[in-house]
Amino acid sequence: MKKIKGVNDFVVKFANVNGTGSASANHLFAKTIFRMGIPVSPRNIFPSNIQGLPTWYEVRVSKNGYLGRRGGVDLMVCVNPQSMEKDVASVDPGGYFLYDSTKPLPTHLKRDDITYIGIPLTQMCMQEFEVPRLQQLLKNVVYVGALAALLNMDLSMVKDLLADQFKGKEKLISSNVQALEIGYQYALENYKCPLAIRLENGNADAPHIAESEHILMNGNTAAALGAIYGGATVAAWYPITPSTSVVDAFSKYAERLRIDPGTGKRNYAIVQAEDELAAIGMVVGANWNGARAFTATSGPGLSLMSEFLGLAYFAEVPVVLINVQRSGPSTGMPTRSQQSDVLAAAYASHGDTKQVLLFPATPRECFDMTVEAFDLSERLQTPVILMSDLDLGMNDWMSPPLEWDDKYEMDRGKVLDAQGLDEAEKWGRYLDVDGDGICFRTLPGTHPDKGAYFTRGSSKNEMAVYSESGEDYVQNVDRLLRKFDTAKTYVPTPKTHPPIEVKKPKTKLKIGTLFFGTSASPSYEAVEILAEEGIPIDTMRIRAFPFHNDLDDFIHDHDLVFVIEQNRDGQMRQLIMNECQIAPDKLTSVLNYSGTPITARAIAGKIRETLNTHSADVVALRPETA
Amino acid sequence: MSYVKPKFRHPKLPTNSLGYSVADYDGAISTLCAGCGHDSISAAIRNACFKSAIPPHRIAKLSGIGCSSKMPTYFLGRSHGFNSVHGRMPSVATGASLANRELTYIGVSGDGDTASIGMGQFVHLIRRNVNMTYIVANNGCYGLTKGQDSATADLGSVAKGGAVNPFDGIDLASLALLQGASFVARSFSGDKEQLEPLIRAAMAHKGFAFIDVVSPCVTFNNHAGSTKSYAETRAHVDAMQLDFIPMREEIRTQYEAGTSQTVTLHDGSVIHLQKASSDYATDDRAAAMQAIQKAEAEDKILTGLLHLDPNSQDLNQLLNLANKPLNELDKDELCPGSRVLDSINQGLR
Ligand SMILES: Cc1ncc(C[n+]2csc(CCOP(=O)(O)OP(=O)(O)O)c2C)c(N)n1
Ligand code: SF4
Ligand SMILES: [Mg+2]
Repeated sequence: MKKIKGVNDFVVKFANVNGTGSASANHLFAKTIFRMGIPVSPRNIFPSNIQGLPTWYEVRVSKNGYLGRRGGVDLMVCVNPQSMEKDVASVDPGGYFLYDSTKPLPTHLKRDDITYIGIPLTQMCMQEFEVPRLQQLLKNVVYVGALAALLNMDLSMVKDLLADQFKGKEKLISSNVQALEIGYQYALENYKCPLAIRLENGNADAPHIAESEHILMNGNTAAALGAIYGGATVAAWYPITPSTSVVDAFSKYAERLRIDPGTGKRNYAIVQAEDELAAIGMVVGANWNGARAFTATSGPGLSLMSEFLGLAYFAEVPVVLINVQRSGPSTGMPTRSQQSDVLAAAYASHGDTKQVLLFPATPRECFDMTVEAFDLSERLQTPVILMSDLDLGMNDWMSPPLEWDDKYEMDRGKVLDAQGLDEAEKWGRYLDVDGDGICFRTLPGTHPDKGAYFTRGSSKNEMAVYSESGEDYVQNVDRLLRKFDTAKTYVPTPKTHPPIEVKKPKTKLKIGTLFFGTSASPSYEAVEILAEEGIPIDTMRIRAFPFHNDLDDFIHDHDLVFVIEQNRDGQMRQLIMNECQIAPDKLTSVLNYSGTPITARAIAGKIRETLNTHSADVVALRPETA
Repeated sequence: MSYVKPKFRHPKLPTNSLGYSVADYDGAISTLCAGCGHDSISAAIRNACFKSAIPPHRIAKLSGIGCSSKMPTYFLGRSHGFNSVHGRMPSVATGASLANRELTYIGVSGDGDTASIGMGQFVHLIRRNVNMTYIVANNGCYGLTKGQDSATADLGSVAKGGAVNPFDGIDLASLALLQGASFVARSFSGDKEQLEPLIRAAMAHKGFAFIDVVSPCVTFNNHAGSTKSYAETRAHVDAMQLDFIPMREEIRTQYEAGTSQTVTLHDGSVIHLQKASSDYATDDRAAAMQAIQKAEAEDKILTGLLHLDPNSQDLNQLLNLANKPLNELDKDELCPGSRVLDSINQGLR
């Protein structure tokens, strides 16, 4: 048997039972690798359940700094008898399978192309600890200890992290350290340590994460901090996975950072609404009244908010909506990731609507783009939807640190105060004086005689007077379209990278890829895999809707463009075709909608396969390496 | 257009303590059917704001969708207004009130808007005790969509087409009481002597003030057999008379002992109640409930101030919000700055 080898380059997957305390032990494992300066990307793959169902945690270690999923499993740590059969089968040939050997492994689970590592976790914990709860919980820490020996982890770092985690609870620290040590010793005594897959300190100079000093955080926390820094004062929401932790984090930071020092009162309000209709209604009311307000939701919540999104679009009220996408439709797979709200968000609501969307790909972008969403929504007087997803929102990602420019000023857009109203020659709420489609608004309570108007979802003329005249209506919705065009000049531009040099290209075709959000990392990796094989591919990462003109140019400059995304219907592809008048055969979808994030291998495989059908233009390609 | 001073006023028009005449509280000409109860409510709101001398621009008007929800166009033309979506004005009002605690908020809704599509938001608005006046123009039908029964239509009421309503109606005042509303009143659009002081009291109240106003729809629900017609309402109404005396104003009227009750609001304003047939203390929620049920059993519609909780704490207080309106907080008060962010980064390494 040829064993898988690799220093700082492998995938470990943990198979646990939900609600057994495995999450913090697994996090401890990933965080230690992070602290060792090695690029790491951990992912929870969890059921919609509080206790008892199988849950997985996948940790990718990548010396190159690839943070997306690679595909495949090199080491499986299985502490869940329910899923064991499937877990054994999912290990790559040459890989490793660590299991609780208190009970012998059923013979039908024996494969001869993988290495088994038995650690009697249950037995060790029964002997070592008396409290039943600890016997259960510390099993997880014992396997972390064993992994420390097997993978050459820095044991002192693990202990430091434990000490941080249980600060003030000395008893817990000592029992955890004890569990760690017995696991470590057991592995040392019974197996040849370290394995052929192992860790070695430092790789912070890896190409994809070259700027060192990374942080490890999830996108939802980053977005919440964006709301704090962006000056949000009202958050209204209704609990739904995977967006709940946005407001949880906002609440946590606001309690620390937003208390008025003089009075001890709050400079923010959080309302857990009765449903998503009310949540966004509150956000509309607060923004209409001049406060920066936001909501966060997912899946069905977005559908419920769509009526108000139409009102806010048509009545031109700013709204910031953080949409953390999950697998739909309906309740779909609420704890699994997807990018499947693209169309529902872009055209959210009845009638002719187009909404501004931002697509963050890293926690840093979740932070920056949330701040930007507040500025944009006030500048453009329209909803702005941050299109995150479960993978980005709920998993820890290595990210450049968050940065803040103390010179930042909020862009409140075109708002006339009392003086502005007095100085204005003529004011009408929907008069397009600047020709950019954006009119001047006023806030309630501003001026005794001027600036009052009626906000409504019904048609009106430029002076905000109710009107059912077809001309007034057309003039208004055409102006809204002009405004959407103006938005192109404000939203984040797409990102391209210099192409990777390919010495002897095997294809004459000019190939491009388009992707966004969490599809980006594995897409960049796939492009590098293919470059190695002699296929040069250009990339463009879309960061906003409306699309920048560069997107049109990019598509026109290439013979074949792959649109890589995580939904069934190729929604981004459809949106591009719809908005940019692109012939359908120009754009080929690369899709994954299984609920687990797309992998680099899958992307590379699909592109390879497509190119093989263009055989006239492509010299024979190497088959996929496992 | 250069700066114009407030409109020329006819010297004979009386002004309030701010120097505004009642015309300064006017809105656009109503487009509702002639005789519609809703227009009388608009007039009562206008008069109440004028008499209570609230600067018009410090009032915000909010509504849902329906004939009733169109009303805010027809009063207070100098106030900002928001005609939102059907049944969901409560959430918009909640957000607005969180953003600026210093304005006076008047919400206008219909029985369809509140008791059907907006029922969820309505009860939660009560539960949160948002500081606003919430008026339902209750005509027992959907006026704007041409007369279908609403959820407040009384059992046995006959629709214009002859169909008899087989369902029990929802009584919004009882519901508000049950849910803990801090100010509950009922009135009749035809009784402006009662409605105006009620609206003034509601606006002075700190917290959620609910007024259910029977407001006949002359076009779809004013025929014989309808329980929400002018004639039927007049025949059954059991009205308390009341006076509203704002703070600092002297009580001049002499009230006969034993027939009246004085209720003091948080700002020192006083409501003087002349009881009709029932007699109970308005701070007693259970007694209010009983009085409504007793009147109902006697085939009467009890109107007036039904309940007032003098210890009401509004949403802004419940959430311990800053005294300064949230929409006036500036960058320095909101943004923690780069040093704090650096320390947050440090904690994530
Ligand atoms: C979501 C939605 N559904 C339906 C309607 C249509 N609609 C408009 S007004 C109305 C009923 C209004 O009844 P009520 O609130 O009692 O007001 P009234 O006209 O009787 O004063 C309905 C159903 C709508 N505007 N929005
Ligand atoms: S239809 Fe009825 S409720 Fe509507 S305006 Fe006419 S009378 Fe009033
Ligand atoms: Mg009605």
